Amino acid sequence: MTKSPEQLEQELKRRSKAAKLEIWGRVVSFSALILIVAVVVAIIGFVASKGLATFTTNHVNLWDFLSGKNWNPSLTDAHGKPEVGALSMIVGSFLITVLSAIVATPFAIGTAVFMNEISPNRGAKILQPVTELLVGIPSVVYGFIGLSVVVPFTRSVFGGSGFGILSGTCVLFVMILPTVTSMSADALRAVPRYYREASLALGATQWQTIYKVVLRAATPGLMTAVVFGMARAFGEALAVQMVIGNAALMPQSLVDPAATLTSVLTTGIGNTVMGSLQNNALWSLALVLLLMSLVFNLIIRLIGRKGRLQ
Amino acid sequence: MTKRRWLQGLLLTILVALGIFAYQTRQVSQAGGSITAVGSTALQPLVEAAGEQYTADHLGTFINVQGGGTGTGLSQIQEGAVQIGDSDLFAAEQKGIRAKGLVDHRVAVVGITPIVNRKNGITHLTTKQLTAVFTGQVTNWKQVGGKNLPIVLINRAQGSGTRATFEQFGIAGHQAKTAQEQDSSGMVRQIVQTTPGAISYVAFSYVTKAVQAVSLNGVAPTEANVLDNHWKIWSYEHLYTKGQPTGLTKDFIAYVQSPTIQKTLVRQLGYLSPSQMHVTRDVNGQVTPIGGTHS
Amino acid sequence: MNSKVQNKIAIGVLYGIAGLVVLILLALVGYILVSGLPKVSWHFLTTPAKAFLKGGGIGIQLFNSFYLLILAMLISFPIALGAAIYLYEYAKDNWVTNLVRTAIEILSSLPSVVVGLFGFLFFVVKLRLGFSILSGAFALTFFNLPLLTRSIEDSLHTIDDKQREGGLALGLSRWETVTRVILPAAVPSILTGVILSAGRVFGEAAALIYTAGQSAPALNFMDWNPFNISSPLNPMRPAETLAVHIWKINSEGIMPDAKAISSGSSAVLVIAILLFNLAARYLGKRLYKRLTSA
Repeated sequence: MTKSPEQLEQELKRRSKAAKLEIWGRVVSFSALILIVAVVVAIIGFVASKGLATFTTNHVNLWDFLSGKNWNPSLTDAHGKPEVGALSMIVGSFLITVLSAIVATPFAIGTAVFMNEISPNRGAKILQPVTELLVGIPSVVYGFIGLSVVVPFTRSVFGGSGFGILSGTCVLFVMILPTVTSMSADALRAVPRYYREASLALGATQWQTIYKVVLRAATPGLMTAVVFGMARAFGEALAVQMVIGNAALMPQSLVDPAATLTSVLTTGIGNTVMGSLQNNALWSLALVLLLMSLVFNLIIRLIGRKGRLQ
Repeated sequence: MTKRRWLQGLLLTILVALGIFAYQTRQVSQAGGSITAVGSTALQPLVEAAGEQYTADHLGTFINVQGGGTGTGLSQIQEGAVQIGDSDLFAAEQKGIRAKGLVDHRVAVVGITPIVNRKNGITHLTTKQLTAVFTGQVTNWKQVGGKNLPIVLINRAQGSGTRATFEQFGIAGHQAKTAQEQDSSGMVRQIVQTTPGAISYVAFSYVTKAVQAVSLNGVAPTEANVLDNHWKIWSYEHLYTKGQPTGLTKDFIAYVQSPTIQKTLVRQLGYLSPSQMHVTRDVNGQVTPIGGTHS
Repeated sequence: MNSKVQNKIAIGVLYGIAGLVVLILLALVGYILVSGLPKVSWHFLTTPAKAFLKGGGIGIQLFNSFYLLILAMLISFPIALGAAIYLYEYAKDNWVTNLVRTAIEILSSLPSVVVGLFGFLFFVVKLRLGFSILSGAFALTFFNLPLLTRSIEDSLHTIDDKQREGGLALGLSRWETVTRVILPAAVPSILTGVILSAGRVFGEAAALIYTAGQSAPALNFMDWNPFNISSPLNPMRPAETLAVHIWKINSEGIMPDAKAISSGSSAVLVIAILLFNLAARYLGKRLYKRLTSA
């Protein structure tokens, strides 16, 4: 059976099964990505439209919002403007995030080093499962343990009511520890084996290898882990809300009640009417939160880029 | 490969067949319809329990009760997205709500009392003292006759019905000082119970032996005192509908207001029934005695 | 000698830190289990909750949690997998790709209450899905997608490029390389990501309060027809999950044994996550062996 040239040409031009599959796969995976982008755009657009309404519909001055210290959206101040100063909450959020990251970092990196460099066996057997287990504990439970253990402890040691940034930091420290630890471990794992071998072959001790070679090489990855943990701490709501006290005041000390953006947002959102100034002001807080995670993200990217250039 | 295809096809066919079969044999009992009630978390247990009893008696109806907060309830009923909005407040008191189109159905009365930590050494205060405490004029319990302990204020979240009622009737319309805020009664009680020097306010049903309820101006926070308005800090619990209710919504609200629920569930959940009250109060706080029902 | 002493001290300190972390984490889990386990019984696990009387259980909530988790995972995993494959294997490394990555990551640090409210206004009210498992599953998908996509992308990243080159050199198309070579090799680490995000989904409360709702109507466990309102499988019924239940009884619960129920539920949640992790790990190992014939 001979084929006519036309038939042959057609057969050759027809896409092979593999090529069809390839196009199919490309289309499917691309549409999945488009779907996610749509989701992201929808949520960001939604928060932005609601959050900006405070400034466009209710004519709140952006600077007043960012620098004001009084948060009382249902009241108006002496000039007849609503009291929607978010500064105390922005400061509260920042303090608690930075502090918990400072406390968590040495523990997380130390544990990651232990898991990866000193005792990989025990690391895989004990630390990893425990870490994964902790991620799934609902923040309500963290909050309740904070309320029944951390707050009374802070109160007995430092006086005051026990509610405040210090207690919040303790709870967040435990909450972000698993995340930062497992991401740090990933970063250490990415350091090529021959770095270590070369260092040890040069006669360096294990600690010298860890400190001078492995940690240096993994610095960008470790920084990413820390910043990622900070981003989680920044967005955490229910647990912090239970121990920080939710007082929209400028924090005077670490043991005075304070508030974070998320705690005010979650406490108030069910009690306000959609479309009202009180509600819009809360959405503005969510918008600030979004912008802040954007900043954190840019920091991660910058670190990542620096790492690649090395 | 072809065998696998065949199996896959078979599996799919079976699934589709099962689906069709399930759809065909579903219980066609939706004729009664279903309604959704959204709003106040404080009122949710009552409406939920009443809903369960109602659907048990009226097969084929379904009453979906959700929390979400008074603000959510009122904005959703205003939008017409749900059939009933549960609220701790008069709709007119809530900012951003046009109360005109909404119809109020009062289903319960809730008494609210200040509570303090047992270590404070306080069992009674005057309205003046309470106001001074909540506006920050006094900062230590010894200034109002208690122990030498700094006062720790705990407010409910802004816009909460309990806070609005407490500020209006408990501290004579003053605005409480900015301090700790919590968004639920359970949390408030827990914190007052464990924090020396703490003071806050909760509905009667949340008062336990672990916290101290405070008498005001010599009046104890009891149900009997609420009935004749001797105890002033109380409010109604409302079910709001958009326009006059019809159909299942109407029947259900009537059921909640009927003695079946008012004499059982409402009492068991620590509320008072509006029908027991010797007075009524309107949105402006104007109290009128109910004629003839004085005992 | 100095450096040797230093070495010993440093290693000792690292042991100390790791030990302390394990201690903290175990104390946490221990605290939850010790305060919760005495409450847990067969009765507690199988009876429905009671609104204001003591003696309620968590049977329906437990079922709802698992059902919702499975639905949410069924929806979000394929999407996240597809998106991650495109992002890592196909997309060019340019500013558009970077923008997309950034956007996805920003979403992952948004407080879940915002996702919940978005879900409420969009799925519950606009699309008229009502307070239902389906609305909840969609909200959880929104909440879960960024994290899952990111972690799957990371998993793909850990697979050596030599494997890709090998696949292509054998004349496989890119898609075939991904599905036949890369994905099987990445199964264990993808699985870790799935477990972690499943854990977060399982414990999520704020995103569900406004979508799947906070009431658990009675179910008839003999009725498995998904179109019946009292059937456990009906995706259109409101479904309070265990994490939401814990939140609810802590905030407004007036049953006399609220505290015991809450700590009992927490313990059950921890055990459930533990079992889930173990099961997923076991299945993952089997799958890995079958796919890579290692």
